[in-house]
Amino acid sequence: MTAAVPILPSQQLATLNEAYRQAIARKRLRITLATAVFFAALVIAAIGAEVNLRTFFSHFGNFVGYFDRILTLEDGTRVWTNIGEWLWGWRKWLNLLGETVLISYVGTLSGAIFAFALNFLAAENTWPAPWLRFAVKRFMEFCRTVPDIVFALIFVIAFGLGPMAGVLAIAIHSIGALGKQFSEIVENADMKPVEGVRSTGAGWIWCMRFAVLPQVAAGFASYTLLRFEINVRGASVMGFVGAGGIGQELVVAIRKFYYSDVSAILLMIIVTVFVIDIATGWARGRLFGKDARP
Amino acid sequence: MNQLPAPDSIELRARYPDVFDRPILARLATPAMIIGAFGIFVFGLVGLEFSPARMLAGLHQLGWITLLMIPPDPGSSLPTYLVAMGETLSIALLGTTLAAALALPVSLLAARNIVPSNIFRFPVRRFLDSVRGVDTLIWALVWINVVGLGPFAGVLAIAVSDFGAFGKLFSEAIEAADEKQVEGIRASGGNALHEIRFGLMPQVLPVIAGQVLYFIESNTRSATIIGIVGAGGIGLQLAEQIRVLEWQKVSFLILMILVAVAAIDWISGKLRFAIIGRRAVA
Repeated sequence: MTAAVPILPSQQLATLNEAYRQAIARKRLRITLATAVFFAALVIAAIGAEVNLRTFFSHFGNFVGYFDRILTLEDGTRVWTNIGEWLWGWRKWLNLLGETVLISYVGTLSGAIFAFALNFLAAENTWPAPWLRFAVKRFMEFCRTVPDIVFALIFVIAFGLGPMAGVLAIAIHSIGALGKQFSEIVENADMKPVEGVRSTGAGWIWCMRFAVLPQVAAGFASYTLLRFEINVRGASVMGFVGAGGIGQELVVAIRKFYYSDVSAILLMIIVTVFVIDIATGWARGRLFGKDARP
Repeated sequence: MNQLPAPDSIELRARYPDVFDRPILARLATPAMIIGAFGIFVFGLVGLEFSPARMLAGLHQLGWITLLMIPPDPGSSLPTYLVAMGETLSIALLGTTLAAALALPVSLLAARNIVPSNIFRFPVRRFLDSVRGVDTLIWALVWINVVGLGPFAGVLAIAVSDFGAFGKLFSEAIEAADEKQVEGIRASGGNALHEIRFGLMPQVLPVIAGQVLYFIESNTRSATIIGIVGAGGIGLQLAEQIRVLEWQKVSFLILMILVAVAAIDWISGKLRFAIIGRRAVA
């Protein structure tokens, strides 16, 4: 099966080769330049961030050693040889984890309710007044750009220590993030049902209720579940600034070098995050079918 | 004008039984779910010690704080803040780059079309998931124990937590790549490494570059907060000023963060368009 490959006459080949080489050379030059700029930026950043490779390498043993130590009990045995001793505080920690999940739940749901109310004012196809739309959009942008933990820091001072500050911080952040996603869903909705409802003489509220909402409700719920999942992760560190949940316990364990406690709490956080991940994934698949997964 | 015939409800019922006679379970499902959700919500409010009195007092305080924030004023520490902001941007850039460099080889191991065996892929995936399950702030605390306080710990924290996210995203990008080009390389006699280098990478790299740029943007946001636990950058200043109740400085710092994030947003948006074209971004 040896078919002859046709070979072009050398003259034609030479011009083609030349053109190819030129095209490639231009591309190569651009890539080289971009790489050079990128590496220059990296070097500047490395100086700015006080990167010290010597510290890194001389201390890297510490990193491995740290994990070695957090997996060792006080009597020098491995943690998994004595589960009861390792997870000695499981009752307290489970309680705090429950609080963490609740913080995330209450925060996400209240955020979602506000986002639901606001998103119709931020979408283009639901005719909000231009100034209103602008104001709502900027407000949402503000809510989601300021990190939730910064809100938590401020709320801890205003509302006092405790989970309330964490819930409010997560709620504010969720308003920003969900409001944007919700309004994008609404903007993608089909407008024909709206025209249909309008033609029967219905007002704005009824247009939204009977024409837009049925189209977007599944998307809203799906994004809210996803946000809940993200917020559980966020709520696990709210305790770092005194805003409730498991974070408080973790930061104390890390700062006071209760090594085996650190690994126990981390394990419980990771397992909780896994369980929530799987549960929300399952719920979303179950409620809205596979294609609703954004 | 013709009058429409009055709808014959009996006939309609007979014709569309699904609309008129839904099973009782299907009818109750949605309200039950809503009531359940609100039940947990109320339970949460009680369990988390919410009370109208605390809420009002807090809002009152918050109003005062907001008033005290105006106008934003850096005082005499503007140079310090600018340096801190530079530090934050450096942390974001370095951390993301490091994460991408580390995640690329690992993501190959987690992609179905490169490592077909489930037994090898599963532990890699679970490992990436657990790295991702731990928040950046926790990683920052761990790294502070290792390399000491300062921005370097922040770089490593962002690198590790993004490593998990990148590993997953990259492997998904690799799985979505077209097999035909890989087969072409194989047909012309390339080995496995050639297949990856010339068959997969040209397809995958633009996608990966887009994701890395997006992460630099979102990491600017994360890098602003890791300072709260002492890992350098503007978060350190912010937490400090909140603790000493210098609200004008706080609002100035928040404004700085907003401006910086918007600027990085804009730059990385431009770069992404340049790399993968306007179409693919949306």
